[in-house]
Amino acid sequence: MSKLKYALFTGCTAKQSTPEQYMSTMAVAKKLGIELVELVEASCCGASHLQDYDEFLSLVLNARNIAYAEKHGLTMVTICNTCQLNTAMTKHKLDNDPELKAKVNEKLAEVGLEYKGTSKITHFLYAIIDDIGLDKIKEMVVKPLSQFNIAPFYGCHNIRPSELANEGHKTPESPYRPTSLDDLIIACGGEAVDYEEKNKCCGFHVELQAPKTAAVLTGNAIAGAMDNNADMMVTPCPLCHLKLDTQAEHAGEAIGRELEMPVLHMQQMVGLALGCDPKELGLQHHVVDVNFV
Amino acid sequence: MSTIETKKVKFKVFRFNADEDYLPYYDEYDMDVTSEDVVLDVLNRIKWEHDGSFSYRRSCRHGICGACAIKVNGRSTLACKERMFDMVELFGEELTLDPLSQKRAIKDMIIDKGDFWEKHAAVTPYLVADIEEEPESENIVSPEDEHKLLDADLCIQCGACHYACPVVEINEEYFGPAAFAAAYRFSADVRDEDKERLKNVNKMGQGVWDCVKCFECAEVCPKEINPIEKITKLHQMAFQEGVAENNVAVRHAVGFKKSIQKRGVLDEGGLVLYSEGCGIVKHVPVALKMFKKGKIALPWNIPTSENMDEIKKLVKSSSTAKF
Repeated sequence: MSKLKYALFTGCTAKQSTPEQYMSTMAVAKKLGIELVELVEASCCGASHLQDYDEFLSLVLNARNIAYAEKHGLTMVTICNTCQLNTAMTKHKLDNDPELKAKVNEKLAEVGLEYKGTSKITHFLYAIIDDIGLDKIKEMVVKPLSQFNIAPFYGCHNIRPSELANEGHKTPESPYRPTSLDDLIIACGGEAVDYEEKNKCCGFHVELQAPKTAAVLTGNAIAGAMDNNADMMVTPCPLCHLKLDTQAEHAGEAIGRELEMPVLHMQQMVGLALGCDPKELGLQHHVVDVNFV
Repeated sequence: MSTIETKKVKFKVFRFNADEDYLPYYDEYDMDVTSEDVVLDVLNRIKWEHDGSFSYRRSCRHGICGACAIKVNGRSTLACKERMFDMVELFGEELTLDPLSQKRAIKDMIIDKGDFWEKHAAVTPYLVADIEEEPESENIVSPEDEHKLLDADLCIQCGACHYACPVVEINEEYFGPAAFAAAYRFSADVRDEDKERLKNVNKMGQGVWDCVKCFECAEVCPKEINPIEKITKLHQMAFQEGVAENNVAVRHAVGFKKSIQKRGVLDEGGLVLYSEGCGIVKHVPVALKMFKKGKIALPWNIPTSENMDEIKKLVKSSSTAKF
């Protein structure tokens, strides 16, 4: 198999509030023999808020990001569910509307770029499953997470809207019964915890304007995992991670019970199973201590 | 001719009579379902073959009256449209049938939909226009203008999206996706002259700014109306019509542009400060915890995208909205 190579769109949090996510992405890619070309020119995707204000601007900026992946001739890999949604949605709109694509390209031409629609866009979770394969991961595991009950938390924008989400990967995923993260947990040797909230919303996007709604949703998610005897949660989305890891106390107050749950990024879980050093995976950057490793 | 297949399914069915029961309970029925059946056929057979007291709403059986929406394994669905085999394929051979909202249950699948209708009524779901009683010509709407409604008037008010929305469950004021789709239907109509509706659906608490962007509404709509698309449009219209209030939610959306213009990538702390203003103090305890763990970049360490000149140029030339 030739070496896997992707254009990496890190998104914003990986460089600020979730540095551990960037660290673990790099560590896991190295272990898996994946080459990542970081899109250092990329801007923020607008995080599903910019388009509420200025949809055209959001499309132009996302098209620019994708154009850089296309210049490398590579599949764009995202490591944030919301980045995935915004870039994939831009791609979907432009690929299906030649007039809009022309308008966007008129703007991109001002800076010497063009959106062609030639690069695939996929989340790192699905790149691992589709291109490396769960069997290969199983083979490569050196420290199976066999003593742990791990609760998968999928994050909305990887599974909904499903029609769009499923454009990015090979095995279709149902938003009502998603399996990718469960399968990855099992491949890493862990026990996948089934609970009602695993495909629900964490509330991140209304953190500022509707703190109570956001806190209750986060609280319900952590409580669901706790009630089903999870030792930890794992998520492919850094925004979900921020809510679950840094807001557990608020969330507990909102639903009237004490909450605490270590939460791993998907990359950290894979990294631990593949024998990466916990420091290299940035476990020291969590608000809720991860002290079982 | 294709052959009719049969599968054995165990149904767990929510039962509750608000007049008699202290708590709800589940009855179980083992039934054969065929590849021809929709969920409504199963509801009918439970009543006709197992228990005549079983109650549910139904009327047209053709996906247009919106009466028969229930939940199958937690997923909102229109019973007369959803094929049983699709549910079996998705959830397996044990299926749980619930009303759209357990806490609103009156009898079995029948719920009190009062909150849905109140919220629908609250968004002025009709055309507000001064129309001459005896016009000299027709009030013509062009196909392009009709297209702007984006199928929002196909809503059958079944409530599937409303009771799938996590915000509706938490925030009693929140209008919900169906009401927003209705609001969009009329605010997007070229003949409509009502500005209050748009202001109303842009108020914090009840309005579109409390949407969590989970896409549950888009996923469940049996008419594929995509309510969150209308929610996004209502956000945009607030800016276009100049009714966007200067509040934390609006500043948050606008703040993304400001941040991108400055650094390409987001300045997370700067965005929260711009959005919250003095309100930022309430975030200090969490920010301190994050700071201790190296999760907050100091002003001189905030990253900047390469080729910022391109980003600045594009933000300038491609902006279409003002605040």
